[in-house]
Amino acid sequence: MIQSSVSQSNAGMRKRSGILRAETINMSHGSGGKAMRDLIDDVFLGAFENVELDVLEDQARIDLSQLTSLGNRLALTTDSYVVDPIFFRGGDIGKLAVCGTVNDLAVGGAKPLYLTCSVIIEEGLSVSDLRRIVESMRVAAVEAGVQIVTGDTKVVERGACDKIFINTAGVGVISSSVNVSAAGAKPGDLVLINGFIGDHGAAIVGARKDLAIENEIDSDCAPLNDLIVAVLAVCPEIHCMRDATRGGIASVLNEFAISSKVLIKIKETAIPLRDEVRGMCEILGLDPLYLANEGKVVVVVPREHADAVLATMKNDKYGQESAIIGEVFAEPEETVILQTVFGGERIVDMLVGDQLPRIC
Amino acid sequence: MKYVDEFRDPVLAKKLVDEINKLVKEIDFAKQRPIQLMEFCGGHTHTIFRYGIEQLLPKSIELVHGPGCPVCVLPMGRVDDCVSLAERPEVIFATFGDAMRVPGSKKSLLQAKADGADVRMVYSPLDALELARKPENKEREVIFFALGFETTMPSTALTVLQAEEEGIENFSLFCNHITTAPTIKAILDSPSMQLDGFVAPGHVSMVVGEQPFHFIAEQYKKPIVITGFEPLDILQSIWLLIKQIAEKRSVVENQYARVVSSQGNLPGMEAMTKVFELREFFELRGLGSIDNSGVRITNDYARFDAERKFPVPNIKVADPKQCQCGDVLKGVIKPWQCQVFGTSCTPETPMGALMVSSEGACAAYYNFGNLPEMMSLKNIKEKEEAML
Repeated sequence: MIQSSVSQSNAGMRKRSGILRAETINMSHGSGGKAMRDLIDDVFLGAFENVELDVLEDQARIDLSQLTSLGNRLALTTDSYVVDPIFFRGGDIGKLAVCGTVNDLAVGGAKPLYLTCSVIIEEGLSVSDLRRIVESMRVAAVEAGVQIVTGDTKVVERGACDKIFINTAGVGVISSSVNVSAAGAKPGDLVLINGFIGDHGAAIVGARKDLAIENEIDSDCAPLNDLIVAVLAVCPEIHCMRDATRGGIASVLNEFAISSKVLIKIKETAIPLRDEVRGMCEILGLDPLYLANEGKVVVVVPREHADAVLATMKNDKYGQESAIIGEVFAEPEETVILQTVFGGERIVDMLVGDQLPRIC
Repeated sequence: MKYVDEFRDPVLAKKLVDEINKLVKEIDFAKQRPIQLMEFCGGHTHTIFRYGIEQLLPKSIELVHGPGCPVCVLPMGRVDDCVSLAERPEVIFATFGDAMRVPGSKKSLLQAKADGADVRMVYSPLDALELARKPENKEREVIFFALGFETTMPSTALTVLQAEEEGIENFSLFCNHITTAPTIKAILDSPSMQLDGFVAPGHVSMVVGEQPFHFIAEQYKKPIVITGFEPLDILQSIWLLIKQIAEKRSVVENQYARVVSSQGNLPGMEAMTKVFELREFFELRGLGSIDNSGVRITNDYARFDAERKFPVPNIKVADPKQCQCGDVLKGVIKPWQCQVFGTSCTPETPMGALMVSSEGACAAYYNFGNLPEMMSLKNIKEKEEAML
């Protein structure tokens, strides 16, 4: 294990005394002084307890030999989270910030190991909200088996950001046997997804008061690394794999079709979609193919492995509604076509503009 | 899903298509030229593309996608007026989301927002009124960008009546509502027109009833069917139209009777007549100036009229010369036959009216595609590029 190999000689060197007594965050909490120290000690270090973070150097130090034992390539990714509202059914900005970055690593075939956590807080945010967000990050990190090893805190004036923005960068290692790329789809391959599409987008719509549409849909926000590890174990030659976040599955399928120079044909009747989400889309005129997801991965596999991959996905707690949704053809290249429930066909293009702003 | 899936049944669709195929054989002129049917409403255009209805029809039927997308037919000069109003420091400019990307001669509302104008996206005129009620906006003026055909007029009118009742003074409309029947008349009067029938807008008819469409059947002898928005609704209406053509009849039929009553929505029309009156003429992008095609706010409600409260530039701006939106709207050419389609004019950088909103004919072609035509277009363009 990586943890045990890190030198612990510095652990506990600092006396941890900071306690945050304020009820709301103000500018002094980002000033670099005592108040900021109290915030970091009490809120962040308390939650993300680990050796790397505890030593409070300006950087996390990772033992290289441990990394190289896991694979031959380092995977590095970063993502910023600005979702509005910060709390929604099935998650919050903290859970999103961990799961999103973990998934970005995992879909490349990497084992996610370490995350960073940078927060930009608008003055006036309640400390209890901040604690709730950080606690979600902790829980999500534990589930995903990653450590948050370094971070940064800034506080800005009211109006300079909206409540809280979080950036997480992630580091993982890709095993030498894995080679996943958006350019790998080949005619004859089948396309799979691990469950209902559009739940995250629908949950955000439900949480936005200005839309006056209430629903009981939970965001699908979840770490997918276990599911992906299992899929790679039954089918190491996965051709394409990407998580479908902003822009929905339509965007991911287009990325595959363009990079792989193929036609991807999907069947509307095969795509898992909750009735509640479909109903909401009917009312608001949204297309579920473009709705955001935060726990969905689209996988393109050689046809002969499709059944095994499907069974494996269904076995995971985040894949029970998995389905084969389409097929790869040679021509016309760089195109995604939907066979509609009505029997017709139409092109599914990339999303133009924004279906909903600040979705993640 | 109940009340939805019943209207998307592929088995019933197949039966209708078979019937349409039989009937088409009885129409003599269809051997010389295609039967052209116009769906006026952008909502219908959207359904047609979304479900791939055109590919189910025989080659001898051509669907012409009409001007019934209010965002598309908004003239550039009016967008400039919006931007000028939105850029006033005291103004909160409230608009439907799909109007934000419409290009003006200098910028869109989206760009104006990025440049500092207070532009807010709303989902109904009541949301805009709610903005005006908020204590923190007391010193601000909330202008609602009212647009749409008769479908959206009652909700705008009722919002004005509500504002009056509550004595709200910091609320007004920039009125760009347009009327359906005069626009159809202008299309019928155009010399290059050869339409054979109309799929009439269901939502508009829900408000105005059947009466405004009688002249189409009686004076112009064109069949017209008021139609719902599900794919089977549209197929059934096409069947009804083809049947009328085959039987050489022209009447107004109501396929959408589950929603549309023959006299329309009387309380809605009462509110509309109180608040709005016909303009002598109004410009529709791609079609030019049309008599009685728009409404303005009546004198009684002048204090809710942003055009009377504030100066607006009101400068007419011509569309780029290469745009052939007018010809597409009238069915003279198909979207992909326009010289700028898919090259200088795309949904990301729309030049012409019809590329602007997802309900516009060109954007619908571009996004959802009519496969064989799009593919042959792609080949032609690639060949042209290769020759260069």
